[in-house]
This record gives sequence, structure tokens and C-alpha cells, in this order.
Amino acid sequence: MDINSKSPAAGGRLPDWLRPGGLLGIFSLAFIFGLSLTFELTRDRVTEQERLRLRSQLQELLVPGSYDNAPDEDVFTDSSTGRVVYRARQQQQPVAALLHTVAPDGYSGSINLLVGITIDGKLLGVRVLSHNETPGLGDAIELRRSDWVLGFTGRSLDSPPADQWAVKKDGGVFDAFTGATITPRAVVNEIRNTLVYYQQNHQEIFR
Amino acid sequence: MSTPSASEIIYQGLWKNNPGLVQLLGLCPLLAISNTFVNALGMSLATIAVLTASNFVVALSRPVVREEIRVPMFVLVIAGFVGIVQQVMQAWFYDLYQILGIFIPLIVTNCIILGRAEAFASRQPLWAATLDGLSMGTGFMLVLLSLGGMREMIGSGTLFADAWLIFGEQAEVLTISLSEDARGMLLFALPPGAFLGLGLLVALKNVVDERMKKPRSVSVELSQTITAKP
Repeated sequence: MDINSKSPAAGGRLPDWLRPGGLLGIFSLAFIFGLSLTFELTRDRVTEQERLRLRSQLQELLVPGSYDNAPDEDVFTDSSTGRVVYRARQQQQPVAALLHTVAPDGYSGSINLLVGITIDGKLLGVRVLSHNETPGLGDAIELRRSDWVLGFTGRSLDSPPADQWAVKKDGGVFDAFTGATITPRAVVNEIRNTLVYYQQNHQEIFR
Repeated sequence: MSTPSASEIIYQGLWKNNPGLVQLLGLCPLLAISNTFVNALGMSLATIAVLTASNFVVALSRPVVREEIRVPMFVLVIAGFVGIVQQVMQAWFYDLYQILGIFIPLIVTNCIILGRAEAFASRQPLWAATLDGLSMGTGFMLVLLSLGGMREMIGSGTLFADAWLIFGEQAEVLTISLSEDARGMLLFALPPGAFLGLGLLVALKNVVDERMKKPRSVSVELSQTITAKP
């Protein structure tokens, strides 16, 4: 192949064998510049969107008017387990804790949950933040698919008693879905674990 | 390679050489994201943006890019634009981005885009390459939207669910529920529904092509019988 004949004079500063690489380098730099620019221009908006989303998720679980702080900024991170807890307070007094937790044993991978617990250990509510469960079967844990997840509101470690904190198939009180047991079982177990965790650590959380 | 006319480019992209129905390229996003109409719309808009922009830049850089670095160059251009689209989507359509997730970065691997860069944009003038990107992208979008709409209607019994993800809160009213207690045919919401649906669409296109050809083939038969007599 005769590359040299194409442009003997043009771009004479670079030796021939370097020119393709040099050209790639220049284009890479141009795209790095373009990407950084886009990143800079959108960064504030993206952080703002993330904050808004978190805030609306937290607000959905909390009773309006029961708190006067910004729970999304009052964060406690458990250094030993990595758990993230958002704290709601009224005049500095703790009102509720919202725990971000992961049920590791869903039908297809982890299920991300937000569990709201009042200061006296009652469930304010539970929401599924993200999951990969089967559409039409396991996705009934989402509030927009069914109201199953509302059944946890008001429950605590005493109600139902600890040995019944399970899906009906496992001798507990919570319904499973037709054709999907693994998903609700994972969610129920994780909520129970979260309640236990909260009971054992609430002093630490609100210290 | 001579430059086709504008109408030929559009006809190729939308129908004759449609990426989804004829070339069968980009099947991964086509099958995975076609579960609802709105997801399909988000995915197709992102693909059109990347495809058009990459065709434009590839055609623009044609005079300076040499044979040896052609393909790394295309990949660089495509990956760059996907990064930009991803960032913009996160900023303005955050919730939709959360749903489409991994499939947005995966646009880089969509063969339609590399295919068009190599087969068309790197050999044609700027206007033709850009138009080709738009037409091919729109052709892809039409298939994705038909498949998405079909799967959503049969699979979940709704249409335009979650339209607010793209059009904002006031678009909530757009959602159509086909019946009060629709659970839908689960099969169509799941991956097999994507394959079945795409198969039906490809078949439908072939039937239409066949129908359009028919009058001509009849006249051919007639003329043959006539010329055979003497």
C-alpha cells in the first residue's frame, strides 16, 4: 500500500509511522474534552436529581409534619455493616429512622429496600427501590404493581410474633404471590432482619 | 460507490433495508427494551442521537482518517457520543435513565451504528451520511415502538404507561388501560414475547412486500404465456 504518495508535503512534522497514532490521539483528546464539558455542564443537575429522588422516596414513608429536619442530609452510616440510615427528627428529638437495606436472596439478585421504622420500633412502611424480579410475578412487591408492600405498615417485631415473621408458606402471616414465593420470602426476611438490627442498634443510630 | 438520492436513503432506512426487520442488527436493545412503549421511545431517541452524530463525524473526518485506524476511530467516536448522551439523559430524564440503566452504555455495542459508519458514512458525503443516520435510526425506532406497544398492550394491558418519564408529570393522563382488571398475557412481557413479537413483525413486512410485488408477477406470467404461443 502506498500511503506516502497521498500527501508528501502535508503534515510533514510527524514521521509517517506516527501519523495514524497521532491522529487517533488528537481525536481522543477532542472527545475527552467534549465528555468533560458535558460532565461539567450536567453535574449539578444530576446531583440535584439524585437528591430530589432520595428526598421524595423518604417523604413517601414519613408522616408529613412529624419531623422538621431534612432526613436526606441527616445520614448515619454503620461502619461495620455499611448500612445507610436516614434520620428524621422533630426539634432535635429522634422520630424515625429510614434504613436502606438489601435483600440479597431475591429470585434474580438483590432487592433494594427502604424500610421506615418509628422510634418505638413500628414499621412506617416499606418501599422497593430497585429489583430484577420477574415482571408479572415477582414485581408485585412494587407499589405500582400491587399494594402488597403496604401490608407491613404498622407491624413490628411483636406483631406478628417473631416466629410468624415469614410468608404463609413458611408458617408465617404474610401472603406470597401466585407463582412467586422466593421474592416475597426474601423481602419479608430482610424486613425482619432490619427490624432486629434497628432494635439492637437504635441507640447507636441516634447517638 | 455512488451517492444514492435522498429519497432512496430514506426508503432504505425506513423500509427496504430496515435495521430491525431486514438487517436484524441491534437485536440486544431491540429485544430487551421493547417491554413498554415508553422505554422503547427512550431507547430509540438515544440511539437516533448517537447514530446521527456518529455518522456525521465519521463522514466529516473522512478526508483525514486513514484506512489503518478507521475502525478504532469509529469506536472512539461512537463511545464518545454514547457517553455524552448518557450524561445528558441522567441530567434531564433521571428516572428513565434509572430504568434503561445498562442498556444506554450498551448502545456502543449496537451493530447498527458501527455498521452504518463502516458501510455508509465513511464512503459518502456529509449530507448523505447524516440523512442515513436519521433514516436508519428512525427505521429502528419504528420497529422498537411497534414491538414495545404490542408487548405492552398484550403483556400488561396498558399503553403509554409511565409516559411522565419522558413528557413530565402532566403526561400521566396519556396512559391507557385497555381493561379494568388487565393482568395481561405474561408471556409477552417476558423475553419470549420479544422474540415472538419481532418474528411476527418480520413476517408482516414480508407479507406486505409480497403483496406489493404481486401485480407485477401476474403480468410477467401473462406475457410469458403469450410469447410462448407462436
